[in-house]
Amino acid sequence: MKEERFSHEKGGMHGHPDKGHHPHHPERDHDSVQRHAKGEELLKVNNLSVEYTAGKKITHAVNNVTFEIRRGESLALVGESGCGKSTVAKAILGILPDRGARISSGEMLFEGKDLASIPEKEMEHIRGNKISMVFQDPMTALNPVKRILTQVSAVIRLHNPELSKREAEDRAIEMLKTVGITPDRVRDYPHQFSGGQQQRVVVAIGLSCNPELLLADEPTTALDVTIQAQVLDMMTELIRERNTAMLLITHNLGIVAETCDYVAVLYGGEIVEYGSKREVFKNPSHPYTIGLFGALPDINSESTRLKPIDGIMPEPSDLPAGCKFHTRCPYATECCMEGPVPVVELGGTHRCQCHNLDAVRAATGKEAAV
Amino acid sequence: MSTDTNATVQANVQEESGKKQSSFREFLKRLVKNKLALFGGIVFLLICLTAIFAPLIAPYDYQAMDMANKYLSPSLEHLFGTDQYGRDIFSRVIYGGRWSLTLGVASSIVSTVLGIIVGSIAGYFGGKVDSVIMRFIDILQCIPGILLTICIASVLGTGLFNTVLAMSFGGIWGTARMLRGQILTVRNQEYVEAAKATNVSEGRIILKYVIPNSIQPIIVQACMGIGGTIMGAAGLSFLGLGIQPPMPEWGAMLNDGRSYLRYYPNMLFAPMLFIALTVMSISFFGDGLRDAMDPRLKE
Amino acid sequence: MSALVELKGLKRYFDTPKGKLHAVDDITMSFEEGQTMGVVGESGCGKSTLARTIIHLQEPTAGQILYKGKDVTYPTKKELPKLREDMQIIFQDPYMTLNPRYTVEDTLKETLTISGQYEKNDLDHQIRRLMDMVGISGRLRMAYPHELSGGRRQRVGIGRALAMNPKFIVCDEPVSALDVSIQAQIINLLMDLQEEFGLTYMFVTHDMSVVHHISHNISVMYLGQLVETSPAKELFRQTLHPYSKALLSAIPSIDIDKPKQRIQLHGELMSPINPKPGCRFAPRCPYATEACRQPQKLEEVLPNHYVACCRVRELNPDLSQAAAPAAAAQ
Repeated sequence: MKEERFSHEKGGMHGHPDKGHHPHHPERDHDSVQRHAKGEELLKVNNLSVEYTAGKKITHAVNNVTFEIRRGESLALVGESGCGKSTVAKAILGILPDRGARISSGEMLFEGKDLASIPEKEMEHIRGNKISMVFQDPMTALNPVKRILTQVSAVIRLHNPELSKREAEDRAIEMLKTVGITPDRVRDYPHQFSGGQQQRVVVAIGLSCNPELLLADEPTTALDVTIQAQVLDMMTELIRERNTAMLLITHNLGIVAETCDYVAVLYGGEIVEYGSKREVFKNPSHPYTIGLFGALPDINSESTRLKPIDGIMPEPSDLPAGCKFHTRCPYATECCMEGPVPVVELGGTHRCQCHNLDAVRAATGKEAAV
Repeated sequence: MSTDTNATVQANVQEESGKKQSSFREFLKRLVKNKLALFGGIVFLLICLTAIFAPLIAPYDYQAMDMANKYLSPSLEHLFGTDQYGRDIFSRVIYGGRWSLTLGVASSIVSTVLGIIVGSIAGYFGGKVDSVIMRFIDILQCIPGILLTICIASVLGTGLFNTVLAMSFGGIWGTARMLRGQILTVRNQEYVEAAKATNVSEGRIILKYVIPNSIQPIIVQACMGIGGTIMGAAGLSFLGLGIQPPMPEWGAMLNDGRSYLRYYPNMLFAPMLFIALTVMSISFFGDGLRDAMDPRLKE
Repeated sequence: MSALVELKGLKRYFDTPKGKLHAVDDITMSFEEGQTMGVVGESGCGKSTLARTIIHLQEPTAGQILYKGKDVTYPTKKELPKLREDMQIIFQDPYMTLNPRYTVEDTLKETLTISGQYEKNDLDHQIRRLMDMVGISGRLRMAYPHELSGGRRQRVGIGRALAMNPKFIVCDEPVSALDVSIQAQIINLLMDLQEEFGLTYMFVTHDMSVVHHISHNISVMYLGQLVETSPAKELFRQTLHPYSKALLSAIPSIDIDKPKQRIQLHGELMSPINPKPGCRFAPRCPYATEACRQPQKLEEVLPNHYVACCRVRELNPDLSQAAAPAAAAQ
């Protein structure tokens, strides 16, 4: 196991060679002297299940989710609305709603401590200092009546009480500069910035305390394509420099391809496929993943008809028994309708939760030939 | 093929005729399912019934004075005791419901209806019409409500009808302002734009799109307003402008009882109990009504 | 092939406290019958205002709208309903475009009744037909919008637009609020309907890959103006305007082996209120020079391929030979 981990760390080198970046950043090496070595296990989520209760209705939002993130690596949770991806992030950060939500099983080991069972006091310390979050809508994360400099420096001081106000502000200005906000604008209010700039501020706040892990929940979905590209590039550059691990939650496979090292595809609250970016993108194995790639309009293809996935996503409160995808799956057989679905190891880190992988492979192999 | 389509058409017709009833039945079902609303509705109904059938229920004449039996404490004979003139408080409270409830419900309805009219005009037409109406409302709302009511009441004189008018005048503006705000939000919704794009007439848009989607808070406010009006009418009676004695009215009784609070609290508690029960039951019912009206809250 | 709808110098300005907001500024465009014109741009580029102006939900400030060759820029009260029957719209957010108090049937029935094209006893059959056409199963007939999923709501929205038997449909970001797997269903449905009824679409979107898929022609807008318009294949084969190039390169690609040379844009959109003359993209354009401060003209640099950039030949050297005959023909 240890060897395996080492091997793909080396092989992937965080997937960046394929983006044309030089894999070796001298500044980063310098920077990470005080930090832990890269590739060491940071967060390990084991069999996590979360359920929401409303009246008599129980919604199984997350079911038996298992994954791990090592220092300096990024994992993408991909899925469509209602697949439970945001719930996973909320569970890790300990911000599930007090009423109605419950972690029904599993553990989330962060630096060896289970986030599900540590006291709220300690969690407060971890939030912001070690784990921070960037949300989809920047306007909900910023206080509309405070200048952005005040907001960023307040966060810095909260986690570094020894700093004077002046020092914190200097550091905040520095931080805002790195996300591309010029010093002459730091005393402006949030509404004076465009959506893209607001999101930059939110990223600055998220990274201001040098967290070990950044949770990003659809951080660029509310932005325009060109602005999205700018913000994403900036974000990935920053976390790479700081050796920060990232859990990126998104529905956009293109963003995953450009930013992450590992991919977990969620459907109906379960990880149906997991693997390194190369494994999943080059060899999508679960029928749902295959369907997702097929449904995507591709700019480089000449075909005019898309191949949608039939049917609609089942309500999270009304998931089918057996494989959650069997109601929409073209390869579904009798055995998919009930009982647990086996997880098949496909070599490397690649695993897939499906009964009929052989049939799927045979069929898609043919399709690819045509 | 053709028989097949015919069959589906027939099935649709049946569905269709079934639906008109069922949407109202569904509304009732949802209302009844809400235990609190049901409770509120029943209590309010009981209070109304006692007021309507007061002559049958009240053990004594509400005007009959009995100087020998002043200030009696509650007993089996006089359920809530007697007042400073020896009149049976229970009988007076039951008769009082006739005036108080009529006053409360009537002025609430009048002010809500007028408020809806003013508010829809301001909200739907917008522009100058809206500005003029809103500035007028601003001015009116600067004057303390009770002062306004007193002015109108003193111009119109006493009596149930005039009191209703005086009381409802103050309530129009809050409703109008609230509905206007609601309409402004609903009017900019895409479904109103979509309706326009499919040639739906202005009148139909107001009736079928704007009003049903903005009326909820108005109904709740109207229900809550009933309680407020009952209390307000008490103020008018106190100044000698509302319902005139010896007609029993809850507000007036409350005022009477005030001076005897220390020695004979029962004089105060009886009307207070009825006012509180009424207000509470109406607001429970109003909440339930709002929820039942909204198909989005359907399970 | 003839143009069903034509726009000539169409403008739509809004008065704001700070000045005139140029939402749509001098757009000339033509929609060929039975084809799809994709209009691409980022938020604030005026594409939705343009869409609403064409179907008369907004009044144009200046310019002309021609429908079947007839000037319909300012229709009379009598002409408008007929015009709206022919020109329909499908909105972006299927959560907002249906009256929350209307069932699927109510929505479709209202539109069918208003169109006046059907007998009363035929309505039920028509509702059934529409629901079949857009793929909503009969059991959802009495469902309220909140009981439907996003994709189904969008189907109801499409059904409502089709109820009028339109010729021209404006699709204002019809799939951007939907999940990927559902998005493909709706795009296929729209393409099928076009084939069946010979519909003409104006497909407004910010998503280059969707527009590539559905369009015959594509127009790229930036801050109220057209910067490039061309047949779809041609545009992707040879993108000419710097903004179109940036837009294309910004799409995150799922191909992990082919790294994209992303064109780095800096800064953000300038304000569309009282914009300065000259190219509006210049402040973000990596190639901007002094000359870009002059007003730009849409120029046919290749057959049917128009670009509004004064440096287009300089930046695309291979153009100069190809473009010569086209320029001569003009």
